[in-house]
Amino acid sequence: MGPLVPQEIIGANWNLFIAFAIGVGFGFVLEQAGFSSSRKLAGMFYGYDTVVLKVFFTGAITAMLGLLFFSLFGWIDLNLVYVNPTFLGSAIVGGIIMGAGFIMGGFCPGTSVCAAAIGKVDAMVFIGGIFLGVFFFAEGYPLLKDFYMSGSYGPLKLHEVLGISSGVLVLLVIIAALGMFKLGEMAEKKWPREEY
Amino acid sequence: MKTKYMNPYLAGVLLGLVLLMAFFFSGRGLGASGAMKSVMVTAVDVVAPEHTANSDFYGKYVGEGKSPMKAWLVFEVLGVLVGGFLSGALSGRLNWKIEHFPGISSNRRLVFAALGGILFGFGAQLGRGCTSGSALTGMAVLSVGGFVTMAAIFGTAFALAYFFRKNWI
Repeated sequence: MGPLVPQEIIGANWNLFIAFAIGVGFGFVLEQAGFSSSRKLAGMFYGYDTVVLKVFFTGAITAMLGLLFFSLFGWIDLNLVYVNPTFLGSAIVGGIIMGAGFIMGGFCPGTSVCAAAIGKVDAMVFIGGIFLGVFFFAEGYPLLKDFYMSGSYGPLKLHEVLGISSGVLVLLVIIAALGMFKLGEMAEKKWPREEY
Repeated sequence: MKTKYMNPYLAGVLLGLVLLMAFFFSGRGLGASGAMKSVMVTAVDVVAPEHTANSDFYGKYVGEGKSPMKAWLVFEVLGVLVGGFLSGALSGRLNWKIEHFPGISSNRRLVFAALGGILFGFGAQLGRGCTSGSALTGMAVLSVGGFVTMAAIFGTAFALAYFFRKNWI
């Protein structure tokens, strides 16, 4: 049955409308969770507020389980779902640069849009920075291209590398997440925060 | 403690369901930085069309029959703006504000926000997506790159937290 647009069960001309509707849900949930506040987001890295950990991993697990079940029920053909290709070098270095941006800026791109939507000026400045960062990358692309394309493994999946089934991998992620949630709850008790 | 925000685990389940719907309807996950790339590419294309036509990077997105703004992520991020606004309006959180730790000035906060944005924008291009497009969506489809990017983002932020602590605590 699904995914509906790639299978042409829903016309491709609906795809952008669907994108908008999904974005509304995404932005609404992020804002309700408190992701429109850089101080809440940064709290993750000082232990006073671990909402990022809880929302991010609960979200990832829910989607993983959903895909597993949908595929089991024959509701979705996983071969038609886009899998991010793995380029090891640029994934690691890109992630490191993003991590530095996260602790300095207090946002990631999605949360900054959400925060800008409710009037956070610091988030608007962060978005301005993103445009500049993209521009630097675009202009530097001739120099970066070799590294950008290096370590290519295609749409590689973690359970294939580990030699286990996808269900077992998801179970392991769930167990790891439960452990991290426990740590997060303990950290929040140890470093209580003021309300902001 | 009573908090004005949604329970984080409930919010996480809802976020996961939104992501699942993106997979189910469109066969792809969420994202954010890709939309900013589209805007930037379009802007450069308007200002310097010859430059973009001759570039390896811009050439992927502009040229005959290609319109970078008619992209899934652009419409999704417009939705994020609307959804965030609606949520803020419902919960009484709409106001102009430079949010920062009381121990630092607004200007310092804005300088670090700009620097962080530049790094994030650059890193998201190199890493082929940001926290939502590469880390969250990538993990959900069990992509190795998704797990690697997630670990690199959060690991680095933890590793550097000590050096930027005066900004936050």
